[in-house]
Amino acid sequence: MSSNHPAEKSPQSDSILSYPPPKSASSQKEFNDEDARLIHINDPARTNERSGFAGNSIRTSKYSVITFLPRNLFEQFHRVAYIYFLVIAILNQLPQLAVFGRAASILPLAFVLLVSAIKDAFEDFRRHKSDRVENNRLAKVLVDGQFQLKKWKHIQVGEIIKISSNDTLPCDIVLLSTSDPTGVAYVQTINLDGESNLKTRYAKQETLSKNPEKEDISGIIKCDKPNRNIYGFQGIMEIDGRKMSLGPSNTILRGCELKNTDWAIGVVVYAGRETKAMLNNAGAPSKRSRLETQMNREIILLSLFLVVLCTIACTLFGTWNGRHKDELNEMPFYRKKDYNKVPQKDYNYSGIGLEIFFTFLMAVIEFQIMIPISLYISMELVRVGQAYLMNRDTSMFDEASGSSFQCRALNINEDLGQIKYVFSDKTGTLTENKMEFRSASIWGTDYSSQNANEVDDYCVQVDEQVLRPKVMVSIDPSLQRLVKDGRDTDERRHIRDFFLALAACNTIVPILTDSPESNVRIMEYQGESPDEQALVYAAAAYGFTLIERTSGHIVIDFRGERHRYDVLGLHEFDSDRKRMSVILGCPDKTVKVFVKGADTTMFSVIDKSLNPNVVRATEEHLHSYSTVGLRTLVVGMRELDDLEFDHWQSAYATASTAIIGRAAQLRKVASRIETDLTLLGATAIEDRLQPGVPEALVSLRNAGIKVWVLTGDKQETAISIGYSSKLLTREMRHIIINCHSKEACRRSLQSAMAASHMSTVSDDVTNNDGPSGPAASQLALIIDGSSLVYILDSELEEELFLLASNCSVVLCCRVAPLQKAGIVALIKNRTDDMTLAIGDGANDVSMIQMADVGVGISGQEGRQAVMASDFSMGQFRFLVTLLLVHGHWNYQRMGYMLLYNYYRNAVFVLLLFWYTLFTAFTMTTAISDWSSVMYSVIYSSVPTIVVAILDKDLSRRTLLKYPRLYQSGQQEEGYNPALFWLTMADTLWQSAAAFFIPLFVYWKSDIDVSSIGDLWTLAVVLLVNLHLAMDVIRWNWIVHAAVWGSIVATFVVVIILDCIPILPGFWAIFHVMGRWSFWLSLLIIAVAGLVPRFIVIVFSQYYFPSDVQIAREAEKFGTFSDWERGEIQMNPLPLNSQQR
Amino acid sequence: MNSSPRSSYGGAGSTDPTTPRRNSKRPKYSKFTQQELPACKPILTPRWVISAFLLVSVVFIPIGVASLFASRDVVEIVDRYDNACVSGSKSDMIRYIQTPGDKTCKRTLKVQKHMKAPIYIYYQLDNFYQNHRRYVKSRSDEQLRYNKSASETKACKPEDVTGNGNPIVPCGLIAWSLFNDTYSFAMGSKNLSINKKDISWKSDRDHKFGKDVFPKNFQNGTLIGGAHLNESIPLSEQEDLIVWMRTAALPTFRKLYGRIEQDLQPNDTINVVLQNNYNTYSFNGKKMLVLSTTSWLGGKNEFLGIAYLTVGGLCFFVAMLFSLIYLFKPR
Repeated sequence: MSSNHPAEKSPQSDSILSYPPPKSASSQKEFNDEDARLIHINDPARTNERSGFAGNSIRTSKYSVITFLPRNLFEQFHRVAYIYFLVIAILNQLPQLAVFGRAASILPLAFVLLVSAIKDAFEDFRRHKSDRVENNRLAKVLVDGQFQLKKWKHIQVGEIIKISSNDTLPCDIVLLSTSDPTGVAYVQTINLDGESNLKTRYAKQETLSKNPEKEDISGIIKCDKPNRNIYGFQGIMEIDGRKMSLGPSNTILRGCELKNTDWAIGVVVYAGRETKAMLNNAGAPSKRSRLETQMNREIILLSLFLVVLCTIACTLFGTWNGRHKDELNEMPFYRKKDYNKVPQKDYNYSGIGLEIFFTFLMAVIEFQIMIPISLYISMELVRVGQAYLMNRDTSMFDEASGSSFQCRALNINEDLGQIKYVFSDKTGTLTENKMEFRSASIWGTDYSSQNANEVDDYCVQVDEQVLRPKVMVSIDPSLQRLVKDGRDTDERRHIRDFFLALAACNTIVPILTDSPESNVRIMEYQGESPDEQALVYAAAAYGFTLIERTSGHIVIDFRGERHRYDVLGLHEFDSDRKRMSVILGCPDKTVKVFVKGADTTMFSVIDKSLNPNVVRATEEHLHSYSTVGLRTLVVGMRELDDLEFDHWQSAYATASTAIIGRAAQLRKVASRIETDLTLLGATAIEDRLQPGVPEALVSLRNAGIKVWVLTGDKQETAISIGYSSKLLTREMRHIIINCHSKEACRRSLQSAMAASHMSTVSDDVTNNDGPSGPAASQLALIIDGSSLVYILDSELEEELFLLASNCSVVLCCRVAPLQKAGIVALIKNRTDDMTLAIGDGANDVSMIQMADVGVGISGQEGRQAVMASDFSMGQFRFLVTLLLVHGHWNYQRMGYMLLYNYYRNAVFVLLLFWYTLFTAFTMTTAISDWSSVMYSVIYSSVPTIVVAILDKDLSRRTLLKYPRLYQSGQQEEGYNPALFWLTMADTLWQSAAAFFIPLFVYWKSDIDVSSIGDLWTLAVVLLVNLHLAMDVIRWNWIVHAAVWGSIVATFVVVIILDCIPILPGFWAIFHVMGRWSFWLSLLIIAVAGLVPRFIVIVFSQYYFPSDVQIAREAEKFGTFSDWERGEIQMNPLPLNSQQR
Repeated sequence: MNSSPRSSYGGAGSTDPTTPRRNSKRPKYSKFTQQELPACKPILTPRWVISAFLLVSVVFIPIGVASLFASRDVVEIVDRYDNACVSGSKSDMIRYIQTPGDKTCKRTLKVQKHMKAPIYIYYQLDNFYQNHRRYVKSRSDEQLRYNKSASETKACKPEDVTGNGNPIVPCGLIAWSLFNDTYSFAMGSKNLSINKKDISWKSDRDHKFGKDVFPKNFQNGTLIGGAHLNESIPLSEQEDLIVWMRTAALPTFRKLYGRIEQDLQPNDTINVVLQNNYNTYSFNGKKMLVLSTTSWLGGKNEFLGIAYLTVGGLCFFVAMLFSLIYLFKPR
């Protein structure tokens, strides 16, 4: 009898866990020698002689001392921005084109490269250190027949290692034996996938008894090549001529901890970087934010401006030189001819054509910052800052699970402010995924513990010890009485079988822990499926206590009597059958198969002729359970006769050791035995809504976000959850689409369309009468997975899209993981609207990756969703804070930062451009080289970064109270082409003010280049910082320090630069500052430059205030009530502000 | 939904001993991380806006008036002499200026208003691009400062070395084109003394031009660009050169020539004897002699005053406009 107990997955996540998602579990993969890895057990030399498997030393660090410089530079120059910098700097090195001094032109790039390099080096140093610690840890390895301590880094594939309790696994191993006589080992995989419950792993029975210290073990293992799938492993072990198959449940992976097991011995199969843990060490997939995409449009425009400016400059240069062609030799400031050389040649003159071309290139160099390269770096810094603040937000910290918000993707913060569609999973996302046993229907009788709230203090006496289950379950007293009644009637037998099925048909393992009271031990049921846990606890509450489970038998305490059942076989859950079964050898020598699974697939294997009344009653009960939102499972059983059993046993043995297509064979065996079952009953488990979910959904809806729920649950369950979560309301009209052919789908879509049109038309009529209309006729679309099969990827998609966009709520039931992604793609490909997907399970991974923004809930179902997500959090309701507060802030901040940075650079470029018109178009700068290059790096960069991290247009309270404010992001109020052009017009004016005022003030005076250059530098820095100051909404001390500090810093730097005697501007600042005209110029530049902008702002705020502006004023003066009234008139959307 | 009281539910999946430890992950509360730093949030209320505009106008209009008065107080005599001293076509003038010989020219200036000492003497050049790229870089600050750096002439081309390779000190186009018109003033028969001391920046004399650097091989080339320098005087005392080397920002500029340190009375007549040596004729440049007093604001320039009055007036107008709007058409 094989003891193969593959990890079973509960029915609620109806997918085989696989990551990455497109690759399905490789259970059907066939082995041929080329793509298998061959391991000789306890013979590392032979194992490694030609295969070159990785050793166990790991290297997470990227660089060594020698490779650091080239590799780091190479990686840094992957950024286009840096290449642009570099090309410009190189151009500047050509003597013909030298606009800036050599050092000055390279400095900014060198500075940025240096800072990043130091940061990388520091991080790498820390990785080196942790690698060293990790590699030098010790583990027991079998050497010469004895277990000896060996450093982790020296462990090789093929060696046998021994792990003690609470040790961390150094590499991936296949279990040979454990301290448990049945070969069970318990592991905690929290480091690997974040799941905190214990998992069971099994050693093969054939190897259980082997003691490598006493006898020599030899054999071979053939298994997959290293891959990332932490839930997939397939191999064959051959020991002593016996072949046995290996599955994921026979392996323990690096990073896991051994628990509740004294020791475990295993063979190393993957080591070092080939372990699954290391292969999974990849970051989140990178996405690009909407704002960044839009930014590219403006960057192209700015490049165009740059080309235009350069063209103007070089054209004027050409005209000037053409007009003065004959004078060039004589002009003291040109001196084309070199009179000191014989024969006299042109000096540094290459003909008018080339000179124009050079001028063009010089103009590009001089005006380079028109393209705001520094913006890319600022944006990264800002996002890091915003992410830090989001991560540290205490209101997004989940007390229950201790998980804080995590920003995993650093480049889409601002997308959170523009979401229009939220696609949500149900189980574990809207609900807690903590299952509670609610009701049972046994043999056609409904036992609902609705009015029964007594909790029996049940416990079990074993060996003078009291075992108490950890979780109390409320029980139905009538059922309790029936169970306690010892008489042997049909009814009681059915009840017993029912609870036996609940206690046995699972993969739950009881774990005993000490309690404060002596002789009382707490019994905890550990398992991978919360549903199964709930069922086993329920069985225990009614007296069927699972006490022991090994791979070969289970012990169940039934009212003080202990019964031992042999587990003859177990057919694991899979998403096709949607059920699992266990074959038990009972104490009375009968063999029974117990099956539990989803009702859809169970009723097809139940013999309905046996007891039609029971079947009918159970179906009714199932319906009523699911209408109140309970998760249902159907339980059935059958007694096997000897012939049937023998038949099955041989088939099962062949299938479970099959080398090729094992999973398919096992499935076939399972479906043969799972037939003609007797219906025992059904269970109903409640999955409670997470706290705050209804309120969160209301907020999201008021924020103009459409929420779609995609669930694998039944339609009735989904609808009832929809009601309890306030997603659906009684006023809504439901459109339900359940079809089983393409034609039917087309018809129902068309009729639904017609219906929706009608209701919108009637809406308009009612709307004319009064503002009360819209809520009354909102549409809810409910569609199931089988209909989606016909609709997605066909021409019906378009119709579904049109219909769905008319509906305010969409519920998709019974959807498969890939369909979830398909639905997201349906919206994403047809609109420009931003989509967000939120989920917690592996079945949500595809949808999370498909959506513009993916959010993972770190909940009960493991970490795959979190691993694939851009943001992760503990509770669904945090989504409201994330979108309405942080999303709004981030979008508004980032949008403003982009506009400001275009302005900040363009105003400086234009200033340079104006001056060039007064230098015979020769690209001279009055502003010193150093000031030019430091302008965007030092003089004006800090305030915008600080403001983009810290500024808030509205308080958290206001944003949460008035979700409608979120629409400012959806409607792109913070960043749009109109704002861009307005900003550019303002830029033109401000640069003109900054340039021409000093020009006229010092025209015909003895001012020198450096002095007026210093004035222009200070003027433009003052202007851009005051411009920013005008737009800052909340002045806290950091913003004050940044803005005023920048201005002061600029003065200081300019003064320092003018104290260096070798620079041409030596002492100029002191001379120019000694004049009143300098200070008066600065003052009037600041005022004249900003007045037009100020007037526009005041006027638009006063006459065309945005919602955000109104809310700001209301916030300041506390006049919310006025505002609400005004708002409702402006836009007939229900505010629902009272609901929070 | 079911409304029965919840049974004690231990949380089947997440009950492990590490839970308390993980709770320490709770972010620490601070005003900064919660973005709750105390802050003031100014709002543009009508009262605030109107007061701001009024404030600007209240500050700006007096400044404008004061600036205008300051500019009016400055007495300035400007005499363009490049075309007054020579006549004829452009080529005539160029030939005249390029032919060696005495180029003395006499001009008479009439004082209109009382001019208080010190009276600054400037020469003003027009259409002269001292900020031209080829020109502005053609200098060697090293060489000007250090005796030993005489051969640092790389930037100075084409005026870097003489025909036989000796470095020119000071090298470069800027020094080479040193202005060389000279002026002397007389009132009646009495000479007006010109103080040419301290016309350059002290900082330049002390730090940019060496006390031990003497002109060498200067203006020895085929083409004479401008003034010659006395080879026995160190550069730090060649103040005309120092002034010239502070290149002007704009194509129309003035350079300080000297100071007259006595008051001039209205109707005084000043006879100027000038050596018209400098060639601006070949590129249509203008040369002017300027005598000017100074005020707290500098020379004669009404721009600042007008600008301040304009902005101040505009702001006053806007303030009035907003007040009217606010009074008669509130939102």
